[in-house]
Amino acid sequence: MASAFSSRRCLVSIMTAAEKAGEASGGQSSSVDRVWRWLEEVPDPEIPVVSVVDLGIVRDVSMEDGKYVVTVTPTYSGCPATAVISLDIENALHARGLEDVRIETRLSPAWTTAWITDNAREKLKNYGIAPPVEGACVGAMKAAGPVACPRCGSLNTVETSRFGSTPCKAHWRCNDCLEPFDYFKSF
Amino acid sequence: MATGKHDQTLFELSLRMGDNALILGQRISAWCGHAPVLEEDIALANVALDLIGQASLWLGFAGEIEGEGRTADNLAFLRADREFRNCLLVEQPNGDFGHTLMRQFLFDAWHLPMLKALTLSSDERVAAIAAKSAKEATYHLERSEDFVIRLGDGSDESHRRMQDALDVLWPFAGELTCADEIDVALADKGLGPDLGAIGAEYKEYMERMLKKATLTADWQAPIRKGGKVGDHSEALGHLLPEMQWLQRSHPGAVW
Ligand SMILES: [Zn+2]
Repeated sequence: MASAFSSRRCLVSIMTAAEKAGEASGGQSSSVDRVWRWLEEVPDPEIPVVSVVDLGIVRDVSMEDGKYVVTVTPTYSGCPATAVISLDIENALHARGLEDVRIETRLSPAWTTAWITDNAREKLKNYGIAPPVEGACVGAMKAAGPVACPRCGSLNTVETSRFGSTPCKAHWRCNDCLEPFDYFKSF
Repeated sequence: MATGKHDQTLFELSLRMGDNALILGQRISAWCGHAPVLEEDIALANVALDLIGQASLWLGFAGEIEGEGRTADNLAFLRADREFRNCLLVEQPNGDFGHTLMRQFLFDAWHLPMLKALTLSSDERVAAIAAKSAKEATYHLERSEDFVIRLGDGSDESHRRMQDALDVLWPFAGELTCADEIDVALADKGLGPDLGAIGAEYKEYMERMLKKATLTADWQAPIRKGGKVGDHSEALGHLLPEMQWLQRSHPGAVW
């Protein structure tokens, strides 16, 4: 499976002359910074309003022997999006003209919703997904505090199922506006 | 079984953890589209997904330790039943929804403390996989515990079904905490925990939870074991052909 994914190549190179000049004059750190900025534009395949950087999935970008190494961490062990995310990152960087890209997976420390940026939490809410309410103790999966309805803001909400449409979400319902909504579980 | 220079006990540990997750994941996947309510259908599929994800981490690691080029897929799809190292509990048939939940509960209640203990393993890769999996197992136990208590202490019908499930499955639970020489060797090397300590914790937890669920376990029942060393029940013989069919019919097939 991995070989099928990594053998696919995006042939479109749109690195501009200006960018190439920047590459020539800029140091290693500035080119790594630029890769980070590009990755900020790679959407999560299941929740496209947030990027893979917003969600804390990209842990590191480095340069080794002229090759960019992007280190990612899986959200849930069996999340089907993990393979797609690696492929999307590779494709996005190929599209920017970077040919030599390696994706590495890092398990430890395990991904946590605490890594989701404030900016992304706001985007999730506007998209109709209640952002995670971070608990006092890691590993306690029940929502630590009240979960606000992403539509009307009411705190009069109830969990209908601990599991939702993707591994990272739970099903909730608002008792005031009566709408069901997804809650991005604290993890 | 392979007999290279690799650490055989570490290989066995990875197979045991990986096969438990794989076989239980395969079992509960069969509920997809059949659960009593939509939310439970999704929950079962999600738990199955977590377990299969964990299995791919453990089996991938097992293949690395072995060093003979076998991948997680090779180990999952091309081994015969005697080469599987899962405990007998997880291969038992789904039965009704109560059976499936009881099996999950008996497993989760061992899985979580086991994974937490493995986060302290002297092998950092074991510790990393365990830490990742423990977060998911916490969720699984919360759900199965909640259900077993609600259905056990529920209607006459739900109570009867949960007690039936416990009567059938309880003898298999003992294998989870019953240490053999591999477990002892793992503990000696600091690679794994003292299974006796996990067992004591398990017993205390079960007494407390089953009381809440108004269910009665037969603590004197003889333990049914053997899966950890490859002596499986007939049930695994029916599960494997279905799970392995594609890879056996079309060797090397990829998506
Ligand atoms: Zn509302």
